[in-house]
Amino acid sequence: MSAKTSQSRGPGPGRTAAATPAPGGRRWSRLEFALGRNPAGLLLSAPYALFVAAVFVYPIGLGVWMSFHDSFFTAPGVDVPQPFVGLENYAAVLSNPAVRASFVHVAEFLVINVPLTLVFSLLLATALNNVIHWRGFLRVSYYVPYVTASVATITVWMFMFNSGGIVNQILGPLAPDPAWLVSKIWAMPSIALYVTWKQLGFFILLFLAALQNVPKELHEAAATDGASRWQAYKAVTLPAVRPATTLVVLLAIITGANLFTEPYLLTGGGGPNGASTTPVFLLYQQGIQQGKPAIASAIGVLLVIGVLIITYGSRKLTERD
Amino acid sequence: MSDMQPRPHRRRILSMTLLMLGALVFLFPFYYMVIGALQTKRDPSLSGAIPWPSNLTLNNFLDINGAINLGRSLLNSGIFTGVVVVCTIFFGVLAGYALATLHFRGRGLLFAVVLLLQAVPFQLLMVPLYVLLVRDFGLGDSYVGMILPFAINSVAVLIFRQFFLQVPQEMFDAARIDGAGEFRILWSIAVPLVRPAILTAALVTFIGPWNEFLWPFLITKKQGMQPLAVAVANFTQTGAGFHANPMGSILAGSTVLAVPAVVLFIVFQRHFAETHSSTGVKG
Repeated sequence: MSAKTSQSRGPGPGRTAAATPAPGGRRWSRLEFALGRNPAGLLLSAPYALFVAAVFVYPIGLGVWMSFHDSFFTAPGVDVPQPFVGLENYAAVLSNPAVRASFVHVAEFLVINVPLTLVFSLLLATALNNVIHWRGFLRVSYYVPYVTASVATITVWMFMFNSGGIVNQILGPLAPDPAWLVSKIWAMPSIALYVTWKQLGFFILLFLAALQNVPKELHEAAATDGASRWQAYKAVTLPAVRPATTLVVLLAIITGANLFTEPYLLTGGGGPNGASTTPVFLLYQQGIQQGKPAIASAIGVLLVIGVLIITYGSRKLTERD
Repeated sequence: MSDMQPRPHRRRILSMTLLMLGALVFLFPFYYMVIGALQTKRDPSLSGAIPWPSNLTLNNFLDINGAINLGRSLLNSGIFTGVVVVCTIFFGVLAGYALATLHFRGRGLLFAVVLLLQAVPFQLLMVPLYVLLVRDFGLGDSYVGMILPFAINSVAVLIFRQFFLQVPQEMFDAARIDGAGEFRILWSIAVPLVRPAILTAALVTFIGPWNEFLWPFLITKKQGMQPLAVAVANFTQTGAGFHANPMGSILAGSTVLAVPAVVLFIVFQRHFAETHSSTGVKG
């Protein structure tokens, strides 16, 4: 996107003079130098820039600041000192077994969710790219969970997966006891399965767009060379959709690392014996319920660092030749 | 595709079978939601998946309405979503136009920040925003506090920017030569050109606040201020125990919550699909 901008918006000949709103016909007034060639742009983008600064940039800064200070909730308007405590909050967080467990739960979630998402979205997008009829209907079917509120779909999953639910009725004697969402072993995998189902439509469309951009000539060339379907798929299609693969993995990891609503609602808070607590759940519990924003902020910063490390690693994995 | 080989045909049948099975898995929970919402008595058995006329009722909708006041919750959801959509379109068009066609100091920085924000999930802002809005400014249980963090959807800004980039720059340049100011150009040339983008952006923006649970859940303690998603979720977690058919009431609430987004999506599905695949940005 940004590359496109710089190309189409270079200082092209004949553009500069026409776009100059400076009074008096001087090409480079001092005002223009300070504000840019179209100062109106500053005015037009000001509301959005202010919004971004107030709702994203400043809160992120505040979060990092709080994580290094001894901050706590006070009555509104009361100003109490919040001394700098260095890495004390981080030490407290890292030595807390509940926090460590929550990071393990997210890892467990990602190990199940990311491969499932990747395999099924690519498989279904490939199939969707092969068929001619019913495409509209199929696209709607896969996309509907993505546009529906988690709250609404979670209730159906609870209905389906509880102890006497239809899933266990089908499984009969194979049904796990205790049932899925109240079992220490199955709680997190059930959540991972739900999230895969909920998000898959978005990823299918991403892959479908990438598949439609694969030049047909490449497949024909591969067929002429006597390549089998699978060989052609491996040699032509997979490399062509690699950028989409990277994006899908990246977005799946970011979504997964920030899991809150699904475990909170599906397993009623932290789940059986805290088996489905997530870092964001602890963020909520510590920061808002228990009034310890400093501890919560430290968890948040650690989570961001963790996500950066994992996404960096996954890019190395998906982009290697 | 060569017509001589039977293989492409077989491949198509295989693909279709897989897709239909998949569609069944994806749609069944929605079907089951509606069936569950209409059952007089909860029937989790296999035959319960069929709508037996003797077991059908609309009482669950009355029941959930008595427990959480559907009208009030829908109104709250409507205000939350409506204001966000209007703000996003108004300020998003301005920002998208500026980012795409105007040269001004800080444009590169602003665009870089917007792209970077796509990777910052809301959950990380949750505690600092809560401290700021609820603790410092006392905006708990207010529409302003609920709306503010969502007021301008950055994905919509990117959609507008993308659309304005596709408009030939000569159109704007010509107007400038004719002496039109930037506001005049925006209003008379740019906005009419991006009308399709406005619909797309409105749809993408709609599903954010309408489906949002976490933020309104944090800042609304009074039930009268809660959007439908929060009211249904709270009913699921705590209030459902004493009702005749709690699951039925919960699913009735879920159905009311799901229907507007699903209907909008089905009606305008082409717009959704195109946007997401062309911008590659997660809404």
